[in-house]
Amino acid sequence: MSAEWRKRLSTGGMRCVAILLFLAIWFIVSIGNAHWWKFFNPVLLPTPTEVVKAGIEAWQSGELQDNILASMARVIQGFAIAAIAGVAVGLAVGTWRPLERLVEPMIELLRPIPPLAFLPMMVLWFGIGEMSKIAFIAYAAFFPVFTTTVEGIKYVDPVLLRAASSLGASRADLFRHVVLPAATPSIITGLRLGFGLSFFVIVAAEFIAADSGLGYMINDARTFFMVSQMLLGAVVIGLIGFGVNILLRSLEGWLLRWRVATRG
Amino acid sequence: MDAMLAEAPAAATDSRRVKISIRGAEKRFGDMVALKGVDLDLYENSFTCLLGPSGCGKSTLLNMIAGFTQPTAGQVLVDGKAVQGPSADRGVVFQEYALFPWRTAIDNVAFGPMLKGMPKAQQREIAKRYLAMVGLAGHEGKYPGNLSGGMKQRVAIARALANDPSVLLMDEPFGALDAQTRETLQEEMLRIWEHERKTVVFVTHSISEAIFLADRIVVMATKPGAVKQVFDLDLPRPRERSESGFVRLEKEIKLLVRAEVQKLGVI
Ligand SMILES: Nc1ncnc2c1ncn2[C@@H]1O[C@H](COP(=O)(O)OP(=O)(O)OP(=O)(O)O)[C@@H](O)[C@H]1O
Ligand SMILES: [Mg+2]
Repeated sequence: MSAEWRKRLSTGGMRCVAILLFLAIWFIVSIGNAHWWKFFNPVLLPTPTEVVKAGIEAWQSGELQDNILASMARVIQGFAIAAIAGVAVGLAVGTWRPLERLVEPMIELLRPIPPLAFLPMMVLWFGIGEMSKIAFIAYAAFFPVFTTTVEGIKYVDPVLLRAASSLGASRADLFRHVVLPAATPSIITGLRLGFGLSFFVIVAAEFIAADSGLGYMINDARTFFMVSQMLLGAVVIGLIGFGVNILLRSLEGWLLRWRVATRG
Repeated sequence: MDAMLAEAPAAATDSRRVKISIRGAEKRFGDMVALKGVDLDLYENSFTCLLGPSGCGKSTLLNMIAGFTQPTAGQVLVDGKAVQGPSADRGVVFQEYALFPWRTAIDNVAFGPMLKGMPKAQQREIAKRYLAMVGLAGHEGKYPGNLSGGMKQRVAIARALANDPSVLLMDEPFGALDAQTRETLQEEMLRIWEHERKTVVFVTHSISEAIFLADRIVVMATKPGAVKQVFDLDLPRPRERSESGFVRLEKEIKLLVRAEVQKLGVI
């Protein structure tokens, strides 16, 4: 037990050291360039402390919170639509063969096209307001959720279906008590990928068409050459993504606690 | 086939009810004949072992009784009715355990009672009782991933029994277990069977396992799969593997099975 804790502490320690080292290099390059080397215009790379200062200012003006909220609201709404649609369509396609033959080619046709290619069109269709961003996120996040749901259902161990039907399970029982729980790990993976993707595309969408949000904040700072604020946007996105991922992973760990047992 | 059958006391067989009746059953997979002309009557509460080399159609026959597959010709009757599909009255135990990994041991065993719509407390009470019967009291809350192979198979047996089926079908249930666990489970299987009295059909590769367990051994032929010879055993229980009657029968069946293996050529 204590050995395990020591190991955990040391990996945690290593991580802190890595992060500090990264910040130190950033700091040295920035300061060193500004005062001694003068390789590039110092405005191009502010120090970490300047970014923190920009963050405090943006927080005090309330602008940072507003932008975070705007982005998060879009991500959550868009992702919710993608999650519901992806799981529902995935379940239907995974269980009903004729539907699979109909839907699969369409999906295969659309999937290789980067969702960004459709963004300008979505702005035309849904306008510059919230609708276009939500629709765009929903579209982009739909694919991973859908595909993993279908996969999860397809690869249910047939012997489990036999076991359940020999215990008296009807078709509905099989779906509810075998197919669904067996596909859950795969569905959860899809949801996590989908959420990551939502986060990924919202910034791009806000570059192009928005008057709020973290992507907008970065792009707006660019026009005024406020590099600290641009970096601030990136750092905040990184921190939120990191936090959300930890949250989703612990949710996953709880939902799939039986799987942890299998591994251990 | 007839020599040993004739030795069985006629009066005893007459008084017993036929539970499973297989009549001219045949199974083809495309052009391949997996099973041909199988005729078998299995009595209520009997313990039958299907024995034979790999590929002789043991699982196919068992799956037809379970209702997972239909014969391409002939009939499989249980209680005089043709088998249409799987049913809660025919429990199945699989070689690969087939436990639901997302359910704890007790929730696996409670699966059948749950499907029947029993109240939660009753489900748990039944599941607990059967887990105790297979020697797993105290392991109720464990997930299958945390159980050994032998424990998993005990859970699977408890799960099948908790549904109180009249027929218990077992496809090489102890095939993946080590020799010690296997012998322990064989003994416990007999104890449970004597207590619960089900009609058991048990597939195995192991001749000594079959002789240890069965009242009737069906030795199967290969290419095509068919019934080669039926042995009705009257060795008293508990059977001792070193007894002369046991050893003699083992030798006899070994010769039969070897002949079938040779038909397969190199494996
Ligand atoms: N679904 C299937 N499709 C095609 N062929 C099959 C199918 N199921 C079984 N077979 C074939 O039928 C034959 C009998 O198979 P079966 O599984 O019943 O054998 P078995 O006696 O149980 O063998 P083992 O001891 O290896 O389990 C084999 O040759 C097998 O390849
Ligand atoms: Mg088999």
